[in-house]
Amino acid sequence: MIDLACIRMVWERDVIRYFREKSQLYGSLTRPVLWLFVLGMGLRGSAGQIGDVNYTQFIFPGIIAMTAIFTSIQSAISIIWDREFGFLKEILVAPVPRTSIVIGKGLAGTTLSLIQGCIIILLAPLVHVRIALANIVPLIIVLALLSFGLTGIGIVIAARMTSFQGFGTIMNFIIMPMWFLSGALFPAKNLPIWLNVLVRLNPLTYGVDLVRKLVLGFSYHSPVFDFVFLVGFGVLTTAAAVFFFNRGEY
Amino acid sequence: MTPAIEVARLTRRFKTFAAVDNISFEVNAGEVFGFLGPNGAGKTTTVRMLCTLIRPNSGTARVAGYDVARQQNDVRRSIGIIFQDASLDDRLTARENLRFHAMIYKVPRTEVNERISRALEWMELADRARDLVRNFSGGMKRRLEIARGLLHAPRVLFLDEPTLGLDPQTRSRIWERLLALRQEHGMTLFLTTHYMDEAENCYRIAIIDHGRIIALDTPAKLKAQVQGDLVRLETVDDAAAEAEVKQRYGVEVVRDATGIHFEVENGAAFVPGLLRELPVAVRTVSVRPPTLEDVFLKMTGREIRDDEASNHEKLKGRLKRMGRAWR
Repeated sequence: MIDLACIRMVWERDVIRYFREKSQLYGSLTRPVLWLFVLGMGLRGSAGQIGDVNYTQFIFPGIIAMTAIFTSIQSAISIIWDREFGFLKEILVAPVPRTSIVIGKGLAGTTLSLIQGCIIILLAPLVHVRIALANIVPLIIVLALLSFGLTGIGIVIAARMTSFQGFGTIMNFIIMPMWFLSGALFPAKNLPIWLNVLVRLNPLTYGVDLVRKLVLGFSYHSPVFDFVFLVGFGVLTTAAAVFFFNRGEY
Repeated sequence: MTPAIEVARLTRRFKTFAAVDNISFEVNAGEVFGFLGPNGAGKTTTVRMLCTLIRPNSGTARVAGYDVARQQNDVRRSIGIIFQDASLDDRLTARENLRFHAMIYKVPRTEVNERISRALEWMELADRARDLVRNFSGGMKRRLEIARGLLHAPRVLFLDEPTLGLDPQTRSRIWERLLALRQEHGMTLFLTTHYMDEAENCYRIAIIDHGRIIALDTPAKLKAQVQGDLVRLETVDDAAAEAEVKQRYGVEVVRDATGIHFEVENGAAFVPGLLRELPVAVRTVSVRPPTLEDVFLKMTGREIRDDEASNHEKLKGRLKRMGRAWR
């Protein structure tokens, strides 16, 4: 089941490619910066204070989480390209367990997501957010957990999809709704019932909530509950990823 | 010695269409065995089953003594594959592609560098080891894939249309190398092709059409099924020539746009007499021994055509380019 050489190969390949393709790095940093500074600053005046923080500060944890969401799912979805360009076959006919391929992919997505997430965390002083030093390591652990879980979702999607024409579809139907319904952009209080239900059903809500606790010091759910939920989410999506990836024929 | 490949009543259907229909054959260890047939005959589907990429619907197949459905990992350890479509990572260098391959095939760490260098030298790529594969030509990519397929010293090497789309010079060079390496290591080569000259490299050939094996023998014996030589004539009046040859010699004549052709036992001895006796003026005449192409034509009534890329493939190519731009 666990083939370290295979995990390392899948991981190392993604990391090499990531650092080789600088455009991906810059591109994926533009989005959070736009959200944070353009939307955040733009709405700050009309949104007013949320608790002790202004709107830009309020969405800052959400922007960190967003970076994790986009990076990890995008990383997992590269499986579709690997299938289209043939490299997937090279891995699939090798004497390696597919579970290890999934784990390698998950770790790669997590690594890239942490790199991007940390860059955003470094922007904290620009929006006057002070993250307690003791919270940095827990924050990284939470982001890693969230990213690993999300990579699982990405792999399930990639295993089910037959062409990358559907990539826009995934963006529109999975990533964007999940992110909008995560409570990253608005406080999950006094919402219409239907919206409240959707937000509470969204696994991302608890990830964002925990990040907010670690970054801003307040949360809407119990941090312990958030954490347990996140672990469960990671286990579940990884299991699903292994199942669907194993079942597919290529 | 166990056969390198044993296939019994193997069938694979896609929905209701049987891509591979109840085929059986054996490949001896150390043999060069070829699957010859037109596009869509079931060659690639067979290879994909033998390589454990897809499962058969029924029948059994053993590669290097292992069952492809039940002992997948043992099969995978024993084989190397050169796919029909590229399967390199073109964002990596040649050396990186090989290094990753060595990693997942558990090539002993102490041997990795030496084996990579040797494989690159075999395929004349040593000076491009550090270049990104995306800058390689089609022939170089193919050679790199072959180098990669050989890296873990497989017992059976599958080559699915190994020289598709390459120029004849590159093709014959690649074959020279492959045959030398086979000699050296005692590998079994299993290839699919629709190039006749490529099939001539095989000890034995299975001709496959519509998912079934319609003939299996050595190239020489297959060609012996075509009687003698092929005589081809261009005349001032092909229709008259056709009728005359038919009547006088009692052979089957085929007429096409450019002339007539027919089989006779000893072409070279036959032609002088023919030219003397034929009342129609002859423009050109040629005599050649039969090729596998003639065998295929005779057995199926169709020619193996190197069809242009189908619409599906064209679309796929366009999407790939789009994808590349997008990445």
